[in-house]
Amino acid sequence: MNENFNVSSSPHIRDRISTGNIMLMVVIALLPATVFGIWNFRHEDAWILVVVTTAAAVLSEYIYEKLMKKPVTVNDLSAVVTGLLLALNLPPTLPWWMGALGAVFAIVVVKQLFGGLGQNFMNPALAARCFLLICFAGRMTYFVYDGVTGPTPLAELKAGQAVNTMDMLVGNIRGTIGETSVIAIMIGAMFLLLMGVIDLKIPGSYIISFVIFITIFGGHGFDTQYITAHLCGGGLMLGAWFMATDYVTSPITGSGKIIYGICMGLLTGLFRLFGGSAEGVSYAIIISNLLVPLIEKATLPRPFGKGGEK
Amino acid sequence: MNKCTERIFNGLVKENPTFVLMLGMCPTLAVTTSAINGIGMGLSTTAVLIMSNMLISILRKIIPDSVRMPAFIVVVASFVTIVDFLLEGFVPGLYDSLGLYIPLIVVNCIILGRAESYASKNPVLPSVFDGIGMGLGFTVGLTCIGIVRELIGAGQIFGKQVMPDSYEPLTIFILAPGAFFVLACLVALQNKIKHHLAKKGNEAPQAAGCGEGCASCAGRGICGGHLVSDTKKEEEGA
Repeated sequence: MNENFNVSSSPHIRDRISTGNIMLMVVIALLPATVFGIWNFRHEDAWILVVVTTAAAVLSEYIYEKLMKKPVTVNDLSAVVTGLLLALNLPPTLPWWMGALGAVFAIVVVKQLFGGLGQNFMNPALAARCFLLICFAGRMTYFVYDGVTGPTPLAELKAGQAVNTMDMLVGNIRGTIGETSVIAIMIGAMFLLLMGVIDLKIPGSYIISFVIFITIFGGHGFDTQYITAHLCGGGLMLGAWFMATDYVTSPITGSGKIIYGICMGLLTGLFRLFGGSAEGVSYAIIISNLLVPLIEKATLPRPFGKGGEK
Repeated sequence: MNKCTERIFNGLVKENPTFVLMLGMCPTLAVTTSAINGIGMGLSTTAVLIMSNMLISILRKIIPDSVRMPAFIVVVASFVTIVDFLLEGFVPGLYDSLGLYIPLIVVNCIILGRAESYASKNPVLPSVFDGIGMGLGFTVGLTCIGIVRELIGAGQIFGKQVMPDSYEPLTIFILAPGAFFVLACLVALQNKIKHHLAKKGNEAPQAAGCGEGCASCAGRGICGGHLVSDTKKEEEGA
């Protein structure tokens, strides 16, 4: 058949960008945080956990798809992103096999059993983090920096102690491997924004609604020091820029994205201020993931000519 | 195979209430945190099921059709109360760990389901064996789930440490989400085995978990009542 008269169904406009390209850009954007985390926790040998977790994610995707005789989709790099994100969400002292277990759970249970990439109803990396958090509560909340064990700055903040905001910005603090350095995360986030991979709607509405919530209910009023500490502490930045914006588990409509961001902001504030533990970003994001189908249903744009006022 | 052994086989394998009929999910998910709880719950239900099947089968010609549900409930509730007191008196430990789920046997859908679809239409002896089969099937199902959850979630089986000391238990398996994981995996496994056997024996694979009692079956909307007649014809033909 003549190529000029190729008859096909929609979509008719195609782009060179593929899933693999986008995932590659996300991996590149995660590199600053990863490299900083590995350097920051060099005494705890964080690199082993990062490598093992990522490899386990890729391997389990490959083995599952081979076993189930499905097309192998390792090349689209989505398993690498999942594994890497999971590793960045783990405390550096976690035994490597727990990271691998989390990666297998993320890929096999959360992603593949629901139909593979594009079908998972919640972020696989975060679901795996919560799985590990419930399984090994002690190990997952055991934080070490420079050989000294102690609470994370967020826990100190909750206990009413003073924290050093500058350290939290740079990342010389206790925490999970990838969440400590706000600067490294922001470098990656800027890259994604400039490349057009993510837009500001979700992280923007997330962070703004969180700040408003903290201002009203935090008990400190509009205290810049307190709010900055809350923004730079814990997984808020990593979650807002890299995990809330996951294409599969976030709404596609514009107004839906804003509602979704506000949901996460309110839930995160609620968990952090009134919850039992100091951190609540991962639970806030996966609960909001569950609301996405409802949000999309409510914000579906009306086709031209249908409905409207009479 | 005579009628009685056929009933037991039916309850244990063909229409296993936990893995095939998917009945009684509430106790299945809630009390199977350990193997001993699974057995305790299963056997209590079995006892109630045998007695209630027997009594309902005896009374089946006396109970008017229009009030059969309240009548069944009264029969079941009496036996559950007896079992409740017996457990409290003789195995207080088990009674404490099963807690609210003992009185809840009254509304267990296996018991009402068997009363409605079998005992109220059949003579006493097959009804008793139907109760034994279904009850044992339920017990086996609950015990399997309990063993897997206890093994992974606490490193023990029946309270005995079987995993090496270095094993770190995955606590999530003795919490609520673990019940769903384990149940789903076991059902998938037994479906796989069933399909494999069906292929080997060159039988047409039986449509998932349907035999009789279509009137009280929640999945009637899906199958449209076709499968029962089909399977029955096949059985008669064979």
